[in-house]
Amino acid sequence: MSLDKSAVERVAVLARLALDDRQVAACQSELNGILDLVERLQGASVTGVEPLSHPLDIVARLRPDLVTESDQRALFQSIAPAVDSGLYLVPRVIE
Amino acid sequence: MNPRWEAVIGLEIHVQLATRSKLFSGAATAFGAAPNTQACAVDLALPGVLPVLNEAAVRMAIMFGLAIDGEIAPRSVFARKSYFYPDLPKGYQISQFELPIVARGTISIPLPDGGTRSVRVTRAHLEEDAGKSMHDGMSGCSGIDLNRAGTPLIEVVSEPDMRSALEAVAYMRHVHALVRYLGISDGNMQEGSFRCDANVSLRPLGEERLGTRTETKNLNSFRFVELAIEYEIARQQELLERGEKIRQETRLYDSDLNETRPLRSKEEAFDYRYFPDPDLLPVEIQPQWIEDIRRQLPELPHARCERLQHQYSLPKSDAALLTADRALADFFEETAGFPGVDARIAANWIIGELGGALNRFQLELGNSPVGPERLAGLLRRIADHTISGRIAKQVFETMWSGNAGADEIIAAQGLQQVTDAGLIEKLVLEVLAANTDQVEKYRAGKEKVLAFLVGQVMKLSDGKANPRQVSQVLLARLRGRS
Repeated sequence: MSLDKSAVERVAVLARLALDDRQVAACQSELNGILDLVERLQGASVTGVEPLSHPLDIVARLRPDLVTESDQRALFQSIAPAVDSGLYLVPRVIE
Repeated sequence: MNPRWEAVIGLEIHVQLATRSKLFSGAATAFGAAPNTQACAVDLALPGVLPVLNEAAVRMAIMFGLAIDGEIAPRSVFARKSYFYPDLPKGYQISQFELPIVARGTISIPLPDGGTRSVRVTRAHLEEDAGKSMHDGMSGCSGIDLNRAGTPLIEVVSEPDMRSALEAVAYMRHVHALVRYLGISDGNMQEGSFRCDANVSLRPLGEERLGTRTETKNLNSFRFVELAIEYEIARQQELLERGEKIRQETRLYDSDLNETRPLRSKEEAFDYRYFPDPDLLPVEIQPQWIEDIRRQLPELPHARCERLQHQYSLPKSDAALLTADRALADFFEETAGFPGVDARIAANWIIGELGGALNRFQLELGNSPVGPERLAGLLRRIADHTISGRIAKQVFETMWSGNAGADEIIAAQGLQQVTDAGLIEKLVLEVLAANTDQVEKYRAGKEKVLAFLVGQVMKLSDGKANPRQVSQVLLARLRGRS
């Protein structure tokens, strides 16, 4: 499986990324590299291999239960396509 | 239900944990904030952010696991549950799949016949909540509030061990009481802190194999759980008796119409594509930490019920009612702790008068206008015979609608019980003189008349005479003149 230029452009639109031609070409080759790797992995035999949940052999450090974030709604919503009364607006999801 | 069928019920309960900050971010979890003011970059899934696990949420999940005698996983992993909905900005929910933090617990629930049923808890895992979508008044759009996104939940999954709607409700109540005792959730159902999905199927009685089940989603009150399960049982029985098949599907309960109906099929065609979240390292829980938490567990409902029976000589039924809710048990113990209060009278009053008044005014215990101290003031005057139980109800009503203490009300309204022997004697003589025919009947052997005569004296005293004294004086008079 590999992605053509138009597929990359479509993904960029969905991800709301503005890419110029040079960046589209770079992304296309990087994404196809990843897909190639996945294809090679599909061929590997995993019989008898214990599933790995994380490649690093360390465990999670836990965070104390403290409120450390303040309200940045105005900043975050400055890049939102549509907002109303503090809500993010999206196409209607029920009929 | 037709006794040929047996209902098989399992519940998935979502419990919102009472942490200050979110499961994976430092944003606040307080209810009722203006939209999106408690949604930080992590909750919004902005590029480049990383989740960091909240220690308190892990501790609360362990507390729950210990309280249901479950196994705490020494190593636990978070997984991504992928689905697309606008209130889930990452496109996946961080949950647990293969290695949940709690497995194999049990919860005992009382059965109507006096026995108990042991309901197995398959697992309880940590996960984050999604945001909220609003569809009304958005001019053709949906509005998204992500304040709730990332709030910690435990999802408690039972085995299909319940056999009726009432058992399911009893189980749900038990889990609710437990999380409130543990202090790990406020259990507020109106605010969505405690909600449940019910899996229901039927099978012919005696059959081992399970029938096809339906899942009814998002039930947010005990009453709705009961009604929705009863509706599903009746619906499935009707289909099966007509020889039709049950479709495995997700349904929604509509409380206005009291019915369940299927979600559209495309909404349930989920493949969640679970896989371990590479952003989160496995969690290791050391035995020492578990032991520390075990030592700090508060007294749980069952143990408290036993203790109340012994410490206060309460009947089991009263102790069970009082300990069903931690706040109620606290209220009782605080009241009974005041000097001069008889604990059994306190239990009766809290269950009876106070409970009735709260019901009538649709108030939660926390909003009761009469608190433990004022109630104790009233109960003390019953115990020392200053007022009778009947007058006490009158004083209680006055307390309910004002701020005065029992003693003030008793003094202001002159409600002290009359124990003056001379006065009682006078009232008795008056009543006997006015009821000579009844007196004759009593002397002819109709002893029930005594109660009538006591009633007449009480009435004459405006309810203030000491009833025991009245009946003693009456008896003496009635017998003395035979």
